[in-house]
Amino acid sequence: MNLRRYAAAVPLAAAVVSLNACQLSAPPADPQRAAGQIAAAPSAAAPSAAPSSAPASSSAAPFDAAEVARGRDLAMIGNCISCHSAAGGRSYAGGGPIRTPAGTLYATNITPDDETGIGRWSAADFRRAMQEGIARDGRRLFPVFPYDHFARLRSDDLSALYAFFMTREPVRATAPADELAFPFGARGLLGAWNALYLDDSPWRDDPARSAQWNRGAYLAETLAHCGACHTPRNLLLAEDRRRAFAGAEVEGWEAPPLKGPAAGPRPWTGDELFDYLRRGGNDAHGSAAGPMLEVTRNLGQAPESDVRAIAVYVASLMDAADAAAAEPADADDTAQRRGATLFAGACAGCHGADAPRTLAGRPPLALTTSVNAASPRNAIQFVLHGMQRPPGERGSYMPGFDAMLTDDQVAAVLAYVRARYSPRPAWRDLPAQVARIRDGG
Amino acid sequence: MISLNVNGIPRRIEADAATPLLYVLRGELNLNGAKFGCGLGQCGACTVIVDGSAIFSCLAPVGSLEGRAIRTIEGLGTADLPGPVQRAFIDEQAAQCGYCIAGMVMRTQALLEQRPSPSDAEIRDHMDPGLCRCGTHMRILRAVRRAAGYLAAAAGSTGQRAAR
Repeated sequence: MNLRRYAAAVPLAAAVVSLNACQLSAPPADPQRAAGQIAAAPSAAAPSAAPSSAPASSSAAPFDAAEVARGRDLAMIGNCISCHSAAGGRSYAGGGPIRTPAGTLYATNITPDDETGIGRWSAADFRRAMQEGIARDGRRLFPVFPYDHFARLRSDDLSALYAFFMTREPVRATAPADELAFPFGARGLLGAWNALYLDDSPWRDDPARSAQWNRGAYLAETLAHCGACHTPRNLLLAEDRRRAFAGAEVEGWEAPPLKGPAAGPRPWTGDELFDYLRRGGNDAHGSAAGPMLEVTRNLGQAPESDVRAIAVYVASLMDAADAAAAEPADADDTAQRRGATLFAGACAGCHGADAPRTLAGRPPLALTTSVNAASPRNAIQFVLHGMQRPPGERGSYMPGFDAMLTDDQVAAVLAYVRARYSPRPAWRDLPAQVARIRDGG
Repeated sequence: MISLNVNGIPRRIEADAATPLLYVLRGELNLNGAKFGCGLGQCGACTVIVDGSAIFSCLAPVGSLEGRAIRTIEGLGTADLPGPVQRAFIDEQAAQCGYCIAGMVMRTQALLEQRPSPSDAEIRDHMDPGLCRCGTHMRILRAVRRAAGYLAAAAGSTGQRAAR
């Protein structure tokens, strides 16, 4: 994250400086919000600092079990635990860092702890946070928390989510202070940001579409907040709605475009998307990795009909036609031979045409999104870091090669893979891209 | 001809550049500690250290390893004079069939060189890619902890000398 590239994005009245296209990073891991930040001198009307209602009593009547279960299903779709838990930390207790172009944030503790969590929050407080981005104490929340998506959630879904969170185990934990570059750290500017970008109109189904499509559209656009990663952002770090689902960079990975043609030679079907979202991979397209891996783990625990609906909706965004065949680019012979040698020794055991893994149904490289994508970013990530899963958990495992291969060697292997397995043009400037991604860029 | 540096000794071997290091170690150099378990980087029985990091030698083409520092279990000590990590594994009787153990030892060595006092969670996380079919995992974990203690004691008693 290179802050030098960003001049101050001044309040709306001032001229907007020209910046490189900046894209918000992935959904946060665990952030713990510090108590420290006070809003800048509010020029626009500041939200009331007083809580919107009396605090919820911890001895209040227990929540209805069915509503809690429904809230749990919704929380799996919303992937809340991914941002609001730290690696190795307690569920929903916040604390992990979220890298963004504006700096690093830490998501809050949303367990029902009275002091450090949301234990005292009423349903109305919860609703105000989820739909307006205002915490119980009146502080504005950064839209890294996707309240701009949750703003259109239906009332009964919000109630179910509230019931779920208020029945989690309370954990006493406070997040580190956010580290945001000026002016992104100034919460007082968020009122203006909301005026520009917050759409809180009630959700309306499209009567021309099926009930399943509408359910999927509702979930994808609100709770699952797919656009928060898959839509590029503008200079003020709001999603660029004119380029909805055009793809974006997220925590070192590329969240591929969901609109338009597939990167690989075969288009996605609804069934393949459902399989991918539920299992974390599909044999005709590739495996979920990076931030998407946890999304699919949670969708694997959500109601099947809801995941199917999301798959139907996303499939409707994608082109159904096969990608046009492209002429393979001329490859540098020496580099290709070097890449072929490395591939034969390091990769072919699993990824060669007659390798056991390929025969057992893993996607052939030629079909995968990452090998065919315009950007080599995801392919580089796979080669450097493999596919990891938390210790003791089930899932595919690919070793990383960052310790074994130099940047030039990774570049040679990927140049070979691209030429050998994809009809698309060669990736440019691979060694420099490998070096940058290895360094966390 | 490919030049390799193995356990500090320069070796020249005749092999196709794509040949995985494991086969060169066992077939050419008579260093039979590293084992073939899967050939796919999924079990860790072949683990050696290259430039300080644990890698799967079944997936390391020798052509890519010229000029890199390769270390195998034979470089840590002998049966008569085992190194600290080997001694810890012996003292905890961590081997049953022994097939995974060379890989486990090298993995442990790489961990402790980078993190001399790992937490239990860090040990589990680091050792996770190594598989043991006999089920001696708990002994292996105890051996890692014991090895950390032996290495720390060795570093302490010999002052400046790096704990190797």
